[in-house]
Amino acid sequence: MTPATLFGLCAAALIGVGLYGLIVNPHPLRKIVSFNVIGSGVFLMFGTIARRAAAAGLGGDPVPQALLITGIVVAFSATALAVALVLRLFETTGSLSLAADADDP
Amino acid sequence: MITPVDIGIAILLLGLAVWTAFARAAFAAVAGFIAYGLLLALVWVRLNAHDVALTEAAIGGGLTGALLISAAARMRRIEQATNTERTGLPVRLLAIAASAGVALALSVCVLVLPDPAPSLAHPTVLNQEATGVGNPVTAVLLAFRAIDTLLEAIVLLIALIGVWSLAPERAWGGRPGPRQVADPNGKLAWLARVLAPIGLVAGFYVFWVGADFPGGKFQGATIIASMWLLAQMAGLAEVPPIGRTWLRVGLVAGPLIFIAIGLAGTVTAGAFLAYPVPFAKPLIIAIEMALLPTLVLVLGLLLAGTPAQELSK
Amino acid sequence: MKLAFDLWTFATISAGAFFFLAGTVGLLRFPDTPTRLHALTKADNLGLGLVVLGLLPQADGVLAGIKLVCIWLLVLLAASSVSQLIAATVRRGGGPR
Repeated sequence: MTPATLFGLCAAALIGVGLYGLIVNPHPLRKIVSFNVIGSGVFLMFGTIARRAAAAGLGGDPVPQALLITGIVVAFSATALAVALVLRLFETTGSLSLAADADDP
Repeated sequence: MITPVDIGIAILLLGLAVWTAFARAAFAAVAGFIAYGLLLALVWVRLNAHDVALTEAAIGGGLTGALLISAAARMRRIEQATNTERTGLPVRLLAIAASAGVALALSVCVLVLPDPAPSLAHPTVLNQEATGVGNPVTAVLLAFRAIDTLLEAIVLLIALIGVWSLAPERAWGGRPGPRQVADPNGKLAWLARVLAPIGLVAGFYVFWVGADFPGGKFQGATIIASMWLLAQMAGLAEVPPIGRTWLRVGLVAGPLIFIAIGLAGTVTAGAFLAYPVPFAKPLIIAIEMALLPTLVLVLGLLLAGTPAQELSK
Repeated sequence: MKLAFDLWTFATISAGAFFFLAGTVGLLRFPDTPTRLHALTKADNLGLGLVVLGLLPQADGVLAGIKLVCIWLLVLLAASSVSQLIAATVRRGGGPR
């Protein structure tokens, strides 16, 4: 088993753990953290594919690595927008619950 | 092949991920997530993806961690009082089944990947000479897949517009975030005064050396933006109100120059974002230098958050 | 000569690892925040310093060695400032219980 395969399997497990955290935690910020764990698992799996495609004297395929850099930056911008939304929800309603209001028509 | 260090890092990574899912308080989960991000950077080094390792450490661990920690700290006070929701057992069982199923399916996919793996390394190396950059990842980012980098910068701007649009009516055009109350002569200010010049030099170095070695504008811009944020937190610099003209010009200038160079390429080299070969390296450097201030501003403002203070005339 | 370098690296990194272990045990076992900060600074200063000292013979060239020492100095700077800030906050009465 190569390191790439080991980290690929690790990535699959990370996606599973992140999915569990996303579904089970009611706190919105922890859902964002679990979503980031899923995202990093997906990136790690892509990195495994990049490592396995090493050729031409390079240590890894540069095209997936460039796509990964783009992906990490875009994931950060999505996280920033999500955190801004959660903070605004906290400021306007004073609570952290995502559950629908019972007395809304 | 596999060293004990690899196995140790993989076990730690999974342990930290489980910690973020199961920790009692949100703050503890976020602290675990920051450690997880930094450990992931080590994994990238092990997978020979050095540029990705720098990006993960800077943006994935550093900026995302700072964002989440400040949000968790602001919400910590009321978390105990309002956190009365508990997910029921049926949902938990369903979640375990779903995550186990997904993890299993993906593990099977990893194990049946084609061998030998299809690769784009050869075409990249063959065509890299014409671009004049020594780092193949930079060549891909700025020459072969330049449209991805352009759209990435625009996505960052759209996210920033989204964050700004959450401002309440009275704070429209005002300063982001709560007012900082740091002492300009205190310890944090001392740290900012000592660290900021070092950080600026390191950031510019990482940006400049990205042409031939691992590095690049995203990593360098993150370091410079972090120094700006440190100065803001220490009370040595004020967050600019988002209505300022120079701020908005600075945000838009980078992508505009990128698009202009791309449109010039339709005339001189036959396609959008194509570079005429003798000018490839200068054009790439021009694009990077134009994007750097925009990226520093965007990353700093995304961390600063939604405008919350009124703009006092 | 290489054997001597390798022995030096092994010995100093083992000592550094011991200090990291001691710092972690202190973090888990000490009763309140200032004492825990005290344990952590031992790990940062001594532990990381010994690890860097052990890696110096393995570096390729003087410049790489200087970079390693600069990394240690930057970690010292950041860790000591943050420890002071945390301790000042706890003394004022803020922070988690």
